[in-house]
Amino acid sequence: MSTEVKQEWPLWEVFVRSKAGLDHKHCGSLHAADPKMAIQMARDVYTRRQEGSSIWVVRSDQIVASDPGDKDMFFDPAEDKVYRHPTFYALPKSVDHM
Amino acid sequence: MYTQAMDTMGKDAGDGKQKAVRSADELRLEERFDARIDAGDFIEAKDWMPEHYRKTLVRQISQHAHSEIVGMLPEGNWISRAPTLKRKAILLAKVQDEGGHGLYLYAAAETLGTSRDQMFDALHTGKAKYSSIFNYPTLSWADMGTIGWLVDGAAIMNQVPICRCSYAPYARAMIRICREESFHQRQGYESLLTMMTHGTEAQKAMVQDAVNRWWWPSIMMFGPPDDQSPNSAQSMRWGIKRFSNDELRQKFIDATVEQAAILGVTLPDPDLKWNEERQSHDFGVIDWSEFWRVIAGDGPCNRERLQARVDAWDDGAWVREAAMAHANKQPMKEAA
Repeated sequence: MSTEVKQEWPLWEVFVRSKAGLDHKHCGSLHAADPKMAIQMARDVYTRRQEGSSIWVVRSDQIVASDPGDKDMFFDPAEDKVYRHPTFYALPKSVDHM
Repeated sequence: MYTQAMDTMGKDAGDGKQKAVRSADELRLEERFDARIDAGDFIEAKDWMPEHYRKTLVRQISQHAHSEIVGMLPEGNWISRAPTLKRKAILLAKVQDEGGHGLYLYAAAETLGTSRDQMFDALHTGKAKYSSIFNYPTLSWADMGTIGWLVDGAAIMNQVPICRCSYAPYARAMIRICREESFHQRQGYESLLTMMTHGTEAQKAMVQDAVNRWWWPSIMMFGPPDDQSPNSAQSMRWGIKRFSNDELRQKFIDATVEQAAILGVTLPDPDLKWNEERQSHDFGVIDWSEFWRVIAGDGPCNRERLQARVDAWDDGAWVREAAMAHANKQPMKEAA
């Protein structure tokens, strides 16, 4: 790696809210020098057809993620807790819409 | 737009071979990986993957990205020459889309651990390829419509199956691209249809001339025939590729024949005819020596295209540096 690579604009993750009432959804990433530029570029790259009503950008190096290698160990504890689902409980037909 | 260059790996890259010796650990991981592929699972950026899978994807996605970016040049040539304001706005939007598609794809390739600068460097030094189609010149306004109809049409045929690619960031980028690409083909066909229906004899001849020039390069976009495409089997095994080059080419030709008839143009292949038995069109022999010549750098516009990219990159250096310098000053200001 030369100094060239260090010159690269940092990477940002882009989240777009498609319309009021919905949540922001990750839609991709882009390089930008600063937050203002990241927002402007996100608009041009990811909402050219009015796909958004709000944009979040966050520096990719600021995101902390779970380890895919630990996926099973990490998420398995919820596997045997079927009683957390409403369907676990058998109720008389007349009140089953509960 | 699409790059067929992955299929040329055997000829333009020597590092495609898998290592013969693997550790027991690696073998176990690879078996698990293959099982996930067989189960139709998607692979995400941080999941374990074989080195060869990663390399193949970096090469294919980055070359696909390069194709989008270089693909802006032949059409960019006509933005200032469009016949009406409406056509100019449409062409601008299309070229902007291509820039956007390049950016989605570069971002997808970066998730595999290669930097944007490394990819640009590979393009600018001629190490990386892009779709051979963009090394042909755009000589008349009818080329714009023809590129939309044939070149983007072939690209869509190629790209739709990649929406189900096993590598999820690539598949997601492709879904976005395919959603936008249909406009590209439709605007092209409509532009040609306008000239063929309301145009003068000279304009109709211009459309036919454009179709004559773009037909063969368009059907070459699907890549070399299956028996000369050594890496296809592995890519199919890994769910990177879903249909063979020849299957897609046939599908494209069968779809295009009727469109040409409605348009009122002739496709420049005397051997093109319906084969009742195969329920498909037979077509003439493709000049693959031309294809390999253009891939190797000897197409009509290879040098011009690459130079335009290198100049754009070099001329923009001061902007990139200034923006970075400005950004670096901001925290200092806040602290002060």
